[in-house]
Amino acid sequence: MRTNSRNFYLIPYVLWIALFVVTPLLLVLYYSFFDIEGHFTLENYRKFFTPVYLKMTLSSFWYAFLITLFSLLIAYPTAYLLTKTKHKQLWLLLIILPSWINLLLKAYAFLGIFGTYGAANSFLEALGIGGRQILFTDFSFIFVSVYIFLPFMILPIFNSLDELNPTLLDASNDLGGSSWVTFKRVIFPLTLDGVKAGCQIVFIPALSLFMLTRLIAGNRVITLGTAIEQHFLVTQDWGMGSTIAVFLIIAMVFIMVLTGRRKRGIL
Amino acid sequence: MTDNTIIRFNSVTKKYDNDPPVLKNVSFEIERGKFYTLLGPSGCGKTTILRLIAGFTEPSEGDIYFNGRVINNVPANKRQVNTVFQDYALFPHLNVFENIAFGLKIKKMKKADIERKVKEALRFVNLEGYENREIKEMSGGQRQRVAIARAIVNEPEVILLDEPLSALDLKLRTEMQYELRELQRNLGITFIFVTHDQEEALAMSDEIFVLNNGKIEQSGTPTDIYDEPINRFVADFIGESNIVPGTMIKDYQVQFAGKLFECVDGGFEPNEDVEIVIRPEDLAITAPADGKLNVKVDSQLFRGVHYEISCYDSDGNEWLVHSTKKATVGDQIGLYFDPEAIHVMRHGETEEEFDKRLEAYEEGSYEN
Repeated sequence: MRTNSRNFYLIPYVLWIALFVVTPLLLVLYYSFFDIEGHFTLENYRKFFTPVYLKMTLSSFWYAFLITLFSLLIAYPTAYLLTKTKHKQLWLLLIILPSWINLLLKAYAFLGIFGTYGAANSFLEALGIGGRQILFTDFSFIFVSVYIFLPFMILPIFNSLDELNPTLLDASNDLGGSSWVTFKRVIFPLTLDGVKAGCQIVFIPALSLFMLTRLIAGNRVITLGTAIEQHFLVTQDWGMGSTIAVFLIIAMVFIMVLTGRRKRGIL
Repeated sequence: MTDNTIIRFNSVTKKYDNDPPVLKNVSFEIERGKFYTLLGPSGCGKTTILRLIAGFTEPSEGDIYFNGRVINNVPANKRQVNTVFQDYALFPHLNVFENIAFGLKIKKMKKADIERKVKEALRFVNLEGYENREIKEMSGGQRQRVAIARAIVNEPEVILLDEPLSALDLKLRTEMQYELRELQRNLGITFIFVTHDQEEALAMSDEIFVLNNGKIEQSGTPTDIYDEPINRFVADFIGESNIVPGTMIKDYQVQFAGKLFECVDGGFEPNEDVEIVIRPEDLAITAPADGKLNVKVDSQLFRGVHYEISCYDSDGNEWLVHSTKKATVGDQIGLYFDPEAIHVMRHGETEEEFDKRLEAYEEGSYEN
């Protein structure tokens, strides 16, 4: 009786998962075996391993890596300083706030800021450096991506730093550790889980960015995300688009497994 | 200051922002190789003293000397002091060996030496063979020992212990009291132990500082403090006591509970108002006719080792008696005590004045 009622409550959840998670995944897998004319084929998979798509994969990973790296380099010190401030919850809110605004809006805002007659160029000119092409460069693409992902990197790192027992820092100090040694041997290892979680949250979506590649990078950066979008909406080659999606999913699972493993001893 | 002094506080005051000071003008000396206890209720400033010695915080006023050198601004990692923290503060991402070796690795000691020293430290705390255990696999008592090993392995001149036994159960706590005391004797290192548990303080220390409200109320050996408490706070905080108002008619003669008694204290003004302390275990139950005081039994608790009997005299003073003999509630009984059992406290006397008076009248009594 009891297990029955429990199973009953599970039904909406199972339905949801089946309809919106399992079915789409199976559909993606199914479509990946059909060519543009609707014939069954393995051609899509062969095509993925041609230099065009491999290069695209490589560039996706490379940009996702850069975005993750710069996010981490900025987020860690920021999160650390946040834990030291007096009104940390308020500061945290201010940092998270931009992530509630639609991605497209933010992207369009940057179009204005980085444009030829935008605020960034006026500033450079005022400094005497002179205006230059900022939009549609690797720099602007990574800059805007990092800006958008930053809150997602800061949050888990902030949480793990905030949970850190401050007596442990006293203990390291007491045993002769300088601030650097304390950071290297105590703070960083103990907040590694937060760092991993942050990298996961940033790296995986960064792999399939496509809106920003078009708006900010001006299609100069072609990632797997852009390719999928193009295949579905422009070339109508759903099969190839699905095949790329399959590889993207495999890559994501792989990254989850890689970063998800917990280190010993940390509760 | 003798050569044996290792730590000296000179009028140290500690304030946080605009709050009232946590420590008020505290001065004391710590001698090499002894077991010291800072005893007091929570918020009395005992942990602040420990943090000042460890270097986690700096004094607002006054100086702290270590081996005759002012160390106010020396950072914690440059001090010859190690701490055993209340929550042990063991590193959860390191195992037992790595935890204990933490300080030695920072000193860039050779690997073989580190291994030898860690083994030795583990032997000292009876944890041989536990090198590769994870911290979360250890029990509270074992973690405690690892924390102690992590401190002693660095061979500091002073070890600070911040209520290290408070998280352990009673039996383990008593066991660790013996072990800590023995460890201190074997190592010959100065221990400064912070606790709010008066029994712990009495059992382990060479010297106790009783703190209250950011001040040292009294310092001395456990017997000094127990037998000659300087004021009501110390008498009340250390052990159970009967404190009643009285009048010092003249030296060695005191009046309380409406009667005159002989005592062994002197150096007072004639007819000075004082407070009398008699420890419950110094009171013996007798027949009403044989007692120095006549009281009525009000209630009785069985404490295992003894009965705790609460009685009232005709003036309404409460008298607590510890006796192995049972009394009957509602009975009229007599209480007998020796003149030595009476301890007289002057109102508002400082430790300095107390010591001076004690010296003066003891000299006087020899002349008699």
